[in-house]
Amino acid sequence: MANIIEMPKLSDTMTVGTLVKWLKKEGDAVKSGDILAEVETDKATMELESFFDGTLLSVFIPAGSQVPIGAALCAVGKPGEKVAAPEAKAPPAAPAAPPDAPPAAPATPAPAAAPAAAPVSKAPVPPAAADPAGRVKISPLARKLAVEKGVDPAGVAGTGTGGRIVRADILSAKAAGGKGGSAPFAGGAALGAKGPVQEEALVPVSNIRGTIARRLLESKIQIPHYYLDIEIDAGPLLELRAELNAALEQEGVKLSVNDFILKASAEALRQVPAVNCSWEGTAIRHHSAAHVSFAVAIEDGLITPVIRDAHLKTIFAISAEAKPLGKRAKEKKLAPDEFTGGTFCVSNLGMMGIDRFAAIINPPNAAILAVGTTVRKPVVKDNSIVIGQRMSLTLSADHRVVDGAVGAAFLAAIRDLLERPSLLLL
Amino acid sequence: MSQIQYREAIRQALAEELTRDPNVVVLGEEVAQFHGAYKVTEGLLEKFGPKRIVDTPISEAGFIGMGLGASMLGVRPVIELMFWSFYSVAFDQILNNAANVRYMSGGQIQCPIVIRGPANGGTNVGATHSHTPENVLANHPGMKVVVPSTPYDAKGLLKSAIRDNDPVMFLENTILYGDKGEVPAEEYLIPLGKADIKREGTDLTIVSYGRAVIQSLAAAHLLQQEHNVSVEVIDLRSIRPLDIDTVLASVRKTHRALVVEEQKPFCGVGAQLAYMIQSEAFDELDGPIARLSTIDAPAIYSPPVETEQLPNPQRILRAAIEALG
Repeated sequence: MANIIEMPKLSDTMTVGTLVKWLKKEGDAVKSGDILAEVETDKATMELESFFDGTLLSVFIPAGSQVPIGAALCAVGKPGEKVAAPEAKAPPAAPAAPPDAPPAAPATPAPAAAPAAAPVSKAPVPPAAADPAGRVKISPLARKLAVEKGVDPAGVAGTGTGGRIVRADILSAKAAGGKGGSAPFAGGAALGAKGPVQEEALVPVSNIRGTIARRLLESKIQIPHYYLDIEIDAGPLLELRAELNAALEQEGVKLSVNDFILKASAEALRQVPAVNCSWEGTAIRHHSAAHVSFAVAIEDGLITPVIRDAHLKTIFAISAEAKPLGKRAKEKKLAPDEFTGGTFCVSNLGMMGIDRFAAIINPPNAAILAVGTTVRKPVVKDNSIVIGQRMSLTLSADHRVVDGAVGAAFLAAIRDLLERPSLLLL
Repeated sequence: MSQIQYREAIRQALAEELTRDPNVVVLGEEVAQFHGAYKVTEGLLEKFGPKRIVDTPISEAGFIGMGLGASMLGVRPVIELMFWSFYSVAFDQILNNAANVRYMSGGQIQCPIVIRGPANGGTNVGATHSHTPENVLANHPGMKVVVPSTPYDAKGLLKSAIRDNDPVMFLENTILYGDKGEVPAEEYLIPLGKADIKREGTDLTIVSYGRAVIQSLAAAHLLQQEHNVSVEVIDLRSIRPLDIDTVLASVRKTHRALVVEEQKPFCGVGAQLAYMIQSEAFDELDGPIARLSTIDAPAIYSPPVETEQLPNPQRILRAAIEALG
């Protein structure tokens, strides 16, 4: 019997996936572990792996289609084997499974404890769920192998049940080595160009754009936002950063301003933990850990990779983590647990030259910090006008959770830390 | 070697031990004149006479208690239960007395009884005749519990059970009684507590015992044919003592484990195995330990539904595919 490969559930919020591209075509030989296709979820582009050896007999879904979880994508079997196009969710027929009934493919196991006489079920898998606490789902053996082979499991997409990373994933990640390379953003048009601004087109909303639209609209409608501005003296911060980067260049340390902001946010959350909370309708959840996320612009959207337990990490550890996270975010290679579970978010448009802005809260966070650019301008110091390096910070807060005075205390804590940045090295 | 039935293998073991040791006796309901409800003891009365092949009243607590007392004085009774389901009538004699005699006497008194009979579902005999109490029995220190799957194992294990100085519970299967298998003409013993690898494989370890082994082997065949999955099937043969070392060695090879038991899941043998495997080989596992048991309900009387309640090759196959996820 041919094996039917179905659309797997690749993220906790995924309901449909876009089949971006087939990497194998009908008639190709397929080995277990081969990548059959690329699938775009609402968050990232992921690889669809075959669990079977054989021939790709039939492709049911053309590239570019949106496909619900559990729907048949293709069939792998013996060369020449006939495959009927799958019917959408065929209802149970016989009281007992026929003797040669195909089992569910490993990627989408049948639900356990089906009624005794039920046929092999093809119902969608229940949500596998990236653990909100940020644990990487990995088998004990794969974890041990990852250490032995020097593979960081956080960057490996799991192909086991519920997205669990299994032995084969670590081995193929090791074999793949550091492949990557993101598509560049489209360049700007030349000045003085003629013709239309762009092609007239109706572009279907991608999964990621749909998710952004839905979540941010929900946020703006449901969360009573208010905004607090503060301007800080960024001089000491820039000096310390330059000094550290020069001194530690050999060690490969290159701290960004954003690394200082992330670290300062984590420390400020420790000082004003009321900001590290979530509104849950009848209760307010207090988070024990500060998982600080940061917004990264990617093609067709943005994503917020998370620094887990930032409150326990040095600025150097945060920097070492943020850099590859940002890079892989741009490549759309983040695993679901790398962009979920944040408790606070930083959005920085300073490098784009924006003076100040107000960000939309990323639910279920209670606040988001918007960081503007640093500008040289006159400031009054000791009754005389001097040149200052000023950076503006804007906190958007959920008034249901964080009242104005609490938000102000939080911003003050951030300012104190950033203006005395050596405290962030403790 | 000749092909003989499972019931014939048990009969041969009884006959050989009755011949070898004059202290061995066979007791039970209709074991003598009627030759046993499932004809296991056919011909024994004629050969060994009514003093050694004894028909008892329908009174499990009475005749098991009698056998237990006799064993304490040197007799080696092999007691047949028409169905293991009736052991609960003699629960006190078996699990309160027999299991504890050696311990309570400070090692001075032995209790070399064997209680044997069928313990299985799948024959449409209803919930009160379909119990599989190996987990209940094995829960008692002092007990040994054996569940053979083939004629060869049944003969070699029963001879060891009869020679053992502790109470041995020997659980057979009415569906297996007619199964044939190779049994050598020369005498052999199989030690209690030694598992057997019934099929070698590399991708998944199925741990099983009793008739579920036979069905696991059928599923393993299908998995190889249809899914190119190589399954290793381990037959525990005895639940207590338990040969966990053979199981662990296999899991260290395949990194995936599925326990298949003709047994209700709650507090069952599979639960114990899953605990022991993860405890000893956690870092070897590439997925959760899977388990395929009888569906948790009293034995269902409708034959087609009972078939689906019990482990069968298709259910095992599906569980195996899931275990490989």
